Amino acid sequence: MTALRRHRRLSAIWASEPGWKGWTSSVNHTDLGRMFLATSFFFFFVGGVLAMLVRAQLATPHSAFADAGAFSQFFTMHGTIMMFLFAIPTFEGLAIYLLPKLLGTRDLAFPRLTAYGYWCYVFGGSMLLVAMVLGIAPDGGWFMYPPLTGPLHSPGINTDFWLIGITFVEISAIAAAVELTVSILKYRAPGMSLDKMPIFAWYALVTALMILTGFPPLILGSVLLELERAFGLPFFQVELGGDSLLWQHLFWLFGHPEVYIIFLPAAGVISTIIPVMARTTLLGYGWIVASAVALAFLSFGLWVHHMFTTGIPFMGLAFFSAASTLVAVPTGVQVFAWIGTLWKGRPELHLPMLHILGFFVTFLIGGLTGVMVAVVPFDWQVHDTAFVTAHLHYVLFGGFVFPILAGIYYWLPLFSGRRRFFRLGELAFALIFLGFHGTFLAMHWVGLLGQRRRIETYDAETGWGTINLISSISSFVMAIGLAMVLVDLLIHAFVSVRAARNPWKAGSLEWASMSPPPPYNFASLPQVDTRDPLHGDPDLPNRLARGEGYLGDPATDRRETLTVSIGAARPDFMVIYPGNTRLPIVMAAVTGLFFLSILLKLYWVTPLALAGVAALAVVWVWRLGTQMDQGPQEAGRGVTLPLAGETEKSPGWWGSVFLLVANATFFGSLLFGYAFLWTVAPGWPPQEWLAPSLLEFGAGTLAAVIAMLALRFAIRRNRRHGGALPRLALALGATAVTALVFATLLVRLPPADGHAYAATLFVLGAYGLFHALLVGLMLAFVIARVRRGYASAVRVAEFHIVLLWTDYLAGITVLSLLAAHVPGVLA
Amino acid sequence: MLAGAGGILGLVLLLLGAAFRTRGRAPDEGRDVKVWIVGLGLGFTMSVLAALTVYGVYSGQQLMPRDGTDVVSVQAEARRWSWSFAYADRPGHITDGIMHIPAGRPVDVAITSADVVHSFWVPRLAGKLDAIPGHVNTIRIEADMPGTYEGLTAEYNGPGYSDHGFAVIAHDPQAWADFVAGGDR
Ligand code: HEM
Ligand SMILES: [Cu+2]
Repeated sequence: MTALRRHRRLSAIWASEPGWKGWTSSVNHTDLGRMFLATSFFFFFVGGVLAMLVRAQLATPHSAFADAGAFSQFFTMHGTIMMFLFAIPTFEGLAIYLLPKLLGTRDLAFPRLTAYGYWCYVFGGSMLLVAMVLGIAPDGGWFMYPPLTGPLHSPGINTDFWLIGITFVEISAIAAAVELTVSILKYRAPGMSLDKMPIFAWYALVTALMILTGFPPLILGSVLLELERAFGLPFFQVELGGDSLLWQHLFWLFGHPEVYIIFLPAAGVISTIIPVMARTTLLGYGWIVASAVALAFLSFGLWVHHMFTTGIPFMGLAFFSAASTLVAVPTGVQVFAWIGTLWKGRPELHLPMLHILGFFVTFLIGGLTGVMVAVVPFDWQVHDTAFVTAHLHYVLFGGFVFPILAGIYYWLPLFSGRRRFFRLGELAFALIFLGFHGTFLAMHWVGLLGQRRRIETYDAETGWGTINLISSISSFVMAIGLAMVLVDLLIHAFVSVRAARNPWKAGSLEWASMSPPPPYNFASLPQVDTRDPLHGDPDLPNRLARGEGYLGDPATDRRETLTVSIGAARPDFMVIYPGNTRLPIVMAAVTGLFFLSILLKLYWVTPLALAGVAALAVVWVWRLGTQMDQGPQEAGRGVTLPLAGETEKSPGWWGSVFLLVANATFFGSLLFGYAFLWTVAPGWPPQEWLAPSLLEFGAGTLAAVIAMLALRFAIRRNRRHGGALPRLALALGATAVTALVFATLLVRLPPADGHAYAATLFVLGAYGLFHALLVGLMLAFVIARVRRGYASAVRVAEFHIVLLWTDYLAGITVLSLLAAHVPGVLA
Repeated sequence: MLAGAGGILGLVLLLLGAAFRTRGRAPDEGRDVKVWIVGLGLGFTMSVLAALTVYGVYSGQQLMPRDGTDVVSVQAEARRWSWSFAYADRPGHITDGIMHIPAGRPVDVAITSADVVHSFWVPRLAGKLDAIPGHVNTIRIEADMPGTYEGLTAEYNGPGYSDHGFAVIAHDPQAWADFVAGGDR
């Protein structure tokens, strides 16, 4: 088969539907990565317009441009859009687009999940846009502190848009994080052991893991606040045993790592581009990986530094202050490794490099002011002034926007297969750079003079007018620069010249694909044995196109790829992907219906929407798998591999593991909240405890253990051909008992709107009930699968996935019951 | 602090710029790692931080309320959008929008809130501390000279935020005695 015929054949198998239909049914990572990026830049544009409105209002004293109400919506929505709808999705989009190409494989682990995440993002983001257009957008500041955002002081629907819309969007972040983690660990080219991965993949892995552990506290906070607003469960009301500080902890448990979740992918882009621009290799690869990991760990210990002014005891402050400055160490290691890399090679000043230099200057200043802010006495002075806003933009714009612009111009030739024609980009860079520093240096300055953030106006006597005017004018210069980037990209899309493959002479695998990349990325998958495969073997792209790698024979009509062992990257399984489908978009729409029903208080719709999601989920997984053992598959180069469905640790199993990591963080945050309220909130102990019940506790624990055991017996029986059904039925029965136990717990509770104690137990019970129902559904599903012949002694993947969830249920059941009953016993 | 930050910035930018001059040095990964990563990345960064932390903890300690003689106690309560103050030295008396203190004596302000989160800030006297419903936070302030100082709220609290402030009047000993005795206005 010639390379061209192979290309045609593979294209037919992998292509999305033509035209707009393809957008709604594509599950291909290249398509979805592009859609992600286009959408996130649309939100960047919207957020930028809002920033311009803010700067227009602040340009002169006593400006009558916007009133306090509109202004608060401007800055809240600007911050919210930039953080949740621009920065995180841009990372997701970039990683989704690039990773399979960098890793030398054909797609991400769960293509339909990519699509589902994308549509959740679009629908959730649209909710916020609608709120903005209607003038009822959130207005409590991007960190939404209650009681200001509680039912008493913000009775309008504005806050609900934030809580519900952002939670909806966060589903996409969690989905992407699970998927990226599994993809990086399992979906690589054979031979690409962990230490040969492109550095960007390491950064993406760390970022994804941080999303899994960083976002759940915020999701929990949003759920609790929405419960308080909708049903009066008083988590943040001090009169009823709640405490508004709980929100601050949950928010910053997320919010601080968030800054690193934004910075790390950008650092990955920088680490990728700098060596290529300097014609050398990255200095200190291992050190850089270690710093990224260290940064991730440290950042979780640091949330309290956003709460220095809340009256934390001084020794606590000293600890967190010292720890906060500690993040500068891994950051310093990276910065110096980058500069060292430049010294090592011969840097050339192409456009991406200009943006990297912009990054260096800006980020350094941001880092230095950050260390200043971390010093407690200084923070007490500048906290909540324009100084902090300016610092934050040096870090976020310097640490994210400049690197992303560098990345866009770096990968543009890959993306489009073209060369830039005009030199608009250089001019745009100059405007952005000058405009940025004008805007935010001025804001540092007025901040030191005492201008608070989030004020909509100030007196002329303050003397701040000129500085603010400079800031505002500069911000418009920056906006013009950013608009020029957009124009540059548009021109690029229409008038330009075809580029040679790999114009930067980079060594990583994405350049071994065609430009623009075909939907299947590689006609056959490479065997990798260095960090820069293209440097060692410039002919690799042609050999892959000729089908000399793995899976080069498109004989079947299947979308095939293979997974590797995590460490050494030996091929272990073959994966057959599902084809184009509209299931993800439909599922996202029904999920959206669930969120809308809560937003609009149409509670009768809520259970219907939930049932819809469950039904679609069943359809989703039912389509996988086969009714026959397939046996070893030909994978090329003399290798045969079993299918992923014929293994205990299938991709779905790995996905469940990481989803459960996020889930357990959510649960852990809930227990943290319980303990926090108990020890810190005034208004404890409550007047009435849940009456302890040995029966409830015993039945719950026993049922959990029985379900775990029964499922294990079922698995053993299944391996010996048959006899699994009765044991599965027993596990199902036991799970039903667990559900019943949680239901009685909920019924026996004191009124949940009476005290934060009962409210917390209510959430704990509902969480348990939800999981019991979920595991019940999974067990029922497996029973149906066994009866229809989808399981065999070999096709065991589904058993082991359900086992994970069953074990998890057992864990949370015991912990929840302890948390619910022990206080009553002690009292 | 500013000078130090400027120095570091200058140094790093210099190193960055110097990378672009042409030079012929044989690359040596081991030496480069030692110089750039161990020397500059770890060594340099950590020394700067150590210095800063010592400074921060030391000067932060100065701002904490400590037992002292003749400390004056004031209670501050914030609500949307006003502040009221009560005085240990003059029980039962409450002032709205104006906090009276003696000049030249340490004052402990016990801060709380009646509704949402606010933050107490008198820029010329001390840093900020939040007013949180259900909690009382104490900040030590001291005005060296008699006079009027501007006080502000420094945590966004809704549409009246921009104008939400108060005044601090620091009295000389005589005037303070009058105030405590109930002799003002
Ligand atoms: C496009 C250029 C940008 C300009 C001109 C700009 C301008 C501003 C201004 C003037 C404020 C202060 C509003 C106030 O407190 O009075 C602000 C707040 C903020 N900005 Fe930006 N910004 C830009 C880009 C970004 C980016 C890229 C991010 C994040 C990735 C970001 C995140 C934030 C956040 C989180 C806030 C705080 C919002 C709040 O107080 O609730 N901004 N921005
Ligand atoms: Cu932080």
